Parts: sequence; C-alpha cells; structure tokens
Amino acid sequence: MWQFVTDRWLDIAYRSYQHVSLVVQSVALATVIAIALALLVTSYRRLEPVANFVSSVGLTIPSLALLGIMLPVVGIGTIPAVVVVTFYASLPILRNAVVGLQGVDRNLVESARGMGMNGWTTFRRVRLPLAWPVILAGLRVSTQMSMGVAAIAAYALGPGLGSYIFTGLTQIGGVNAVNYALVATIAIIILALLLDALLLVLGRVTTSEGIRVS
Amino acid sequence: MTQSTSSPSTERGDAVSGVEIVFDDIVKTYAGTSQPAVDHLSLTIPAGEIVMFVGPSGCGKTTSLKMINRLHEPTSGTITIDGEDIRAKNADELRRHVGYVIQGGSLFPHMTVKQNIGLVPGLLGWDKQRTAERVDELLDLVGLKPDRYRDRFPRELSGGQQQRVGVARGLAADPPVILMDEPFGAVDPITRQRLQDELLSIQEELRKTIVCVTHDIDEAVKLGDRILILTEGAKIAQYDTPENVLAAPANTFVEDFVGAGSALKSLSLSRVAEVDLYDQTSVKVGESVADAKQRATSAGHTSVVVLDEQERPVDWLWLRALQGETVREPADERDLITISQQATLNDALDSMLVSTHDGVPVTGAQDRYVGVATFSAVTSLITSKNQQAQETSGDAIAQAPDDADLEHATAAPADTEGS
Repeated sequence: MWQFVTDRWLDIAYRSYQHVSLVVQSVALATVIAIALALLVTSYRRLEPVANFVSSVGLTIPSLALLGIMLPVVGIGTIPAVVVVTFYASLPILRNAVVGLQGVDRNLVESARGMGMNGWTTFRRVRLPLAWPVILAGLRVSTQMSMGVAAIAAYALGPGLGSYIFTGLTQIGGVNAVNYALVATIAIIILALLLDALLLVLGRVTTSEGIRVS
Repeated sequence: MTQSTSSPSTERGDAVSGVEIVFDDIVKTYAGTSQPAVDHLSLTIPAGEIVMFVGPSGCGKTTSLKMINRLHEPTSGTITIDGEDIRAKNADELRRHVGYVIQGGSLFPHMTVKQNIGLVPGLLGWDKQRTAERVDELLDLVGLKPDRYRDRFPRELSGGQQQRVGVARGLAADPPVILMDEPFGAVDPITRQRLQDELLSIQEELRKTIVCVTHDIDEAVKLGDRILILTEGAKIAQYDTPENVLAAPANTFVEDFVGAGSALKSLSLSRVAEVDLYDQTSVKVGESVADAKQRATSAGHTSVVVLDEQERPVDWLWLRALQGETVREPADERDLITISQQATLNDALDSMLVSTHDGVPVTGAQDRYVGVATFSAVTSLITSKNQQAQETSGDAIAQAPDDADLEHATAAPADTEGS
C-alpha cells in the first residue's frame, strides 16, 4: 500500500484538497441557509414542527437516492455534489439553530429591544452570539457527516476522494482495488478529524468567554 | 426624597434632569381578551420624581410601564414624554432615550460589563473614547471600582453587582426618563436595601423621572416620591405620596394592600438620617496602629471603624485584631454591611441582625462614614415616634388599625346578611 500511496501522492493530495474544499464550502453555505431558516422558524412558531419534521425526515433519505434524483435536474459534476452535501449539512445545523435561538432568554431579547436595538441588531448582537455554542455543535456534527456524504457525491462525478472508493469498488478483485478504497477511506477519516479540531479552535475563538462552558 | 430636598443639598435641587410623562386616557386590550388590561388610565408623572407602580399581579402595572417605551402599544389614547407624543419618533429611537432596567439586571452574558454599559451609547454613535469615559464614570456612580469590574463578565459578578451594572446600563446615555421593572426583585433583602439606598442617592444627584414597577409595598414607600396603587384593569386606587397613602388610604383596597400594620409601616417612612448617630472611633487605612489604638482607648472604645482613602467604611475591627505597623485594607472582599442615611429604620434593624457589632456604620454623601447607628438609638427613636404619634393624633395611628380590623370583623358578617 505504501508503494500505492507514494506513486499517487500528488493525486491523493489534490483530491483531498478538493474533498475538504467541497465540504467546507457546502457547510458554510448550509450554515447561512440553516440560520436564516431557523430565524424564520423562531419568528413564526407554527413553522417549528415543520422544521423538525423536515430535519428528521431529511436525514433518512439515502444520499445516493437523493443524488439520483438530482442528476436529471442539475446534471453531473460539481454542482450536484454541492447541492447534496449542502442539503444534508444544513439539517443538523437547522435543528440546533432552532433549539439555540429558542434557548435565548426572552428577557434578554426584550431588554435588547427595550434599549433601542432593532430586530436585526438584536439578532446579530444578542441572539446569534448566545445561540452560537449550540449552533456550533450542530456545525461539527454536520461537518463530520458531510465528509462521508461528499464521498458518495463522486457517484455523480463530483470532486474529491470519493472517486477512489468507487474505483476500488468497481475493480473488486483487481490489483489495487483494496488500496484505492482503503487509502481514500483513511484519508477521509484523517481529514475529518483535522477539520473537527479546527472547528474546536474556531469555537473557542468565536464564543464569548462570558458564556464558555469550560 | 421629600426629606432630602430640604437637606443641605438644596443647591442641586433645581437641577432636575427628568421630564414629565403624561398618560392620556390609555386603553390596552390584548388580542383575544375582552377585558382590557389597562382601562382608561390617565396619569401625570411629574418631572424628576420617582413614581412607584404597585398593585396585585395582573393589575396592568407592567403593561402600563412597557407602554412608555413602546414595548407594548396602547390600543387607544396617547402618552407624551416632555410634551411630545411618543409615537412621533421611531420606537428604537425613542427607546435609546429612555433608560430601561429590569429584574436581575438582565445583562448580556456574552458581553463584559463595559460592553453592556456601553451598548446604548454605541447605538447612539458615541465615539469609543467618550463611551469608555462614561462607563468608568457610571461604575464609580454605582459603587463598583472601574479597574476591577470593567472587563468582567456578568457571571463573574454577584447578584447585587449585576443589578448595579444593570442600573448603570440604564443610565448610560443619560436619559431623562428611566423605567424599572421590579429592579431589585432578584436579590437578597440586605443587598436589595443597599441597592435601594444607592438608587436614592443617585437620584438625589441626577433628578431623573423614574417610573418603577414593584409588588413590594415597602419598596414603594421607601423609594417613591409618589405611589400609584392600581387595581385590576390598571384602575387607579390611589395616587399620592407615601405619607398620605399610609396615613389616609383612599379605600379598603388600598388599606388591605398596604397592610394592617401601618404603625410598623411608618418604620419605612423614618430615615436613618433622623437617628442620633454614635461617634464610633474611625481610623484611616495607612494610619499608624499605635495612634489608632490610643485614640480608641481614650474614647473608651474597644473597636474601630476602618475607612479607605475616600472615607468609606471598609471594615469594623476589634482593637485586638488591629495588628502590624499601619492599618491595612481588608485583604479579602469582605462586605462590611453599611447603610446610608436614606435607609429606613426598617432597613437599619434588618442590617443589625446580621452585624457582628452592636450597630451598623452609616454613610452619607459619596458613601462617606458619618457614624454608627446603634440598636438602642434606633429603638429609642421608634419609641419616641410612636409616643409623638399617639400624643398628636390622639392614639389615632397606634390604635386605628386595630379599630379598623374590628370594624371589618363586625361589618363583614353584617354585609353578607344584608345581601
């Protein structure tokens, strides 16, 4: 296997970069979408069960199936990969963002309004910072999950390490089949752990010392 | 406050920075209810006074308060601040010029003390320098050392300290009107009493218009220049000075609400300023211990009150606990219980219960030490007050509540029979 890695070192590195890039960008997009949706949901209480339903049912849809549905709509390549990863990534974040925003003490929100903050300022300076630790927990779950979903996206010729796994699977019994699948899987695990560590650091930097747990 | 305006601080007396608030025929009906929460309330709150809204829960006092800064909008009627209809301006703009203090301070936990206090100035576009200076000034005003507390987070403060910061935040942009919603409800009695005293001394200086909601009649009597007692639907049961509310309740509702123990309630009307203070030996931090001991012994005292550079009492030590070369500040943040001259006799008695000495140090302007209120001095003032009251009003105050109770007792069955 060592030989396999050293032979394809550059290719593996490039695919790893693509993989991480796909995940990071999709999760970033998903975060924005999820927080916007959560804001909507917490403003109109009637939407709350809908959001919970969507986020739990959404997660039960097999990603391969969703990809299949997407293909006729958006074609093959990077775009379906981004759409699918973003879709899955937004679900845990949405759920946590709703919980986080609802957990903000109503007195604090009223206090903010009473001091003359408008709705947007109240959100940006009070509600979001206070809900942030919970949202961030969702973000971490979502990132881990997206690393795996992104591998599936290779089925639609998306970028990243997924194509190695599919190559391995299609060549089962061949010389390098196990190497292909194993190297990609291990690389994804390592990258996922690295990303998680990065998110931990991000969490410490972006969470106010006043509400940090430890 | 009525006493203090006639005290030496009269030169500041006309520096009223508050403005008048007028409620004109206000009705507030919440969606889905037929009974209005506030039913035709008309009221004038004079500039520079503290008006306390009291009443049973659900009487509409908080709703009335929150209509002043438009957290609730009246269904009909108008409210004016300084003659201007509050709907003339954008609600956010209005709120930046009306201080708002709520229970527990409601500080934002993710912001430091400095950021919390600097919020409204920031919204008003003050520059950083000016905001920073204002924050320090306000921390001083509420008795927190800026250097020590400026960069702390709310969770690193005690309940009382949080509430102080809450008050400072309400005062930040120097608004003419301050609204308080049960401001001292979440702290223990001793701390509450201190915070009340501090509010009174701040108010003596600033003369804002303060509207404060409370369910505690003692607090209302102590803080209020006027008390507004509301019944359900925010109907005015009585709107008068604390003295008049206690001496002449307008109806049985008020009588029941202020309680039968009105003779004891007058304890809330008498202030520590009236007590003959005992001149307990005081020593300053940094003074030589030998000198201090000598002065105390010659005065016949076995303990001394330790003052800091600003003459604020910080400790009360037995002579044998005075050691070393010079008098030192207490190392730990031990909270010496002190009371201000504005505290009521009620507060004084409360404080003595937890004091380790026979009395409690009293502070005047800027928290300066003025003497010690001893238990016997306070009780003798109470006795003489009661005697006075009996002599002047022919037993009226001491006896009236009992008579009233008897009347109730006999009248009640008669009523039911009649109906």
